[in-house]
Amino acid sequence: MSVKAMLAIIMTAVFVNNYVLQQFLGICPFLGVSKKLDQASGMSIAVIFVMCLATAVTWPIQYYLLTPRSGAYDLGYMQTIVFILVIAALVQLIEMVLKKYLPALHKSLGVYLPLITTNCAVLGVCIANIDSRYGFGHSMLNSFGSGLGFFLAMVLFSGVRSRTEYCDPPEAFRGLPITLVAASIVSVSFFGFAGVIEKLFG
Amino acid sequence: MNTILLAIIAVTALGFICALMLAVASRFMSVKEDLRFHAVRESLPGANCGACGYAGCDGYAKALITDPEIKTNLCVPGGDEVSGKLSLALDRPYLDVEEQVALVACSGNCDATSHKMDYFGIESCAAAKLLHGGTGVCSYGCMGLGDCARACPNGAICVEKGIAHVNTRLCVGCGICAGTCPNHIIRLIADKEIILVNCSSEDRGAVTRKNCKNGCIACKKCERVCAVGAVKVVDNLARIDYDKCPDCPDPGVCARECPTGCIKIADFRGIFNAEKECC
Repeated sequence: MSVKAMLAIIMTAVFVNNYVLQQFLGICPFLGVSKKLDQASGMSIAVIFVMCLATAVTWPIQYYLLTPRSGAYDLGYMQTIVFILVIAALVQLIEMVLKKYLPALHKSLGVYLPLITTNCAVLGVCIANIDSRYGFGHSMLNSFGSGLGFFLAMVLFSGVRSRTEYCDPPEAFRGLPITLVAASIVSVSFFGFAGVIEKLFG
Repeated sequence: MNTILLAIIAVTALGFICALMLAVASRFMSVKEDLRFHAVRESLPGANCGACGYAGCDGYAKALITDPEIKTNLCVPGGDEVSGKLSLALDRPYLDVEEQVALVACSGNCDATSHKMDYFGIESCAAAKLLHGGTGVCSYGCMGLGDCARACPNGAICVEKGIAHVNTRLCVGCGICAGTCPNHIIRLIADKEIILVNCSSEDRGAVTRKNCKNGCIACKKCERVCAVGAVKVVDNLARIDYDKCPDCPDPGVCARECPTGCIKIADFRGIFNAEKECC
């Protein structure tokens, strides 16, 4: 895989197929934890970490356990339930390991890890990698890019939210309504990336 | 039939492997927590105010357990009750807490001083302070926009006639207000004291006089009348060394002699001692 191809995969995952702003997965942390920049970035780093890890585990499970290349049997329909099971167990294990060996990292990421366990964006990335028939390396890059895209969306939106906190909107828009309207505008702005990456790397 | 059986076996096996992995991990990677931690943490009020000098109640509880040198009477907002519970939980001798109250060291209300601008910005001292050093002609004084009143967990602070006042009878002495005040004019003093220099201006006397009728003009009269040398004028502001006050033969002489009346004598007892020795 050339550097150009790798860049194209990551850029596509970050801008064009942004999980939050383009595919509308993982909206709950996007709205819930984006109030403060430090929380938003902490959560996003945890998401990047978990996405990469989950892909590293689910890809072999898909191709060696559920749908083996030999074609002896096909358990593809068990994909969702097996992936949820494996990701949940994995995140639990990681939390324990962090608590024991890296207490400082556990303190900063620990609160977010259980939140991410069954996050739809994480599961979405794993399933999308399989559906798009990516190879292992390609899948890992795509997951990393998707995590970065999540990071970008969270950081951008925490900036937007700090503005809406200090403005004085009409009564009906206060609180969640103005947040949702702002989120939709940020999302629309990301549609502008659609052709750019293709033209750059195409 | 065969596929269903295979699916069941595969998922069950996978589930077992995951469960086994987690069980083994929790056995070998469990982190031992000191059993006293919960007892100590429960005894603390949980306000996370930082008055003890540690990062929140968790930090103080952890420090208490790990280091026997740390005193159990550092939680000022909790008062004697919390200190008692802590000494019980940790099996250490009881230490009395020196209760504190917060006091606003500024008497520049709207009768005494004036504003240098008509401020229409965000209702917050922190925001106003960023604009030419605050709204008042005296840059050291209270701006009366009430950051401290909003921060106070007990509702002990109110803003009246343009300056903040602490109702000491409601004050637990946590010091959150002192941390929020952008001018740092809120003092924490032991609540048994009766004297307060009610000004924070370090401007020269003439400047202070021009800006505010009630400010400390650094005339040093208090220094001369104090028999025990507790009052010292440093940087154009009278400061009291409360350690020397108990020896004073004539308590309150400094307050009576102050020409601008900025040294105040009053009963500052806080919420814990307000009931005691009253009437």
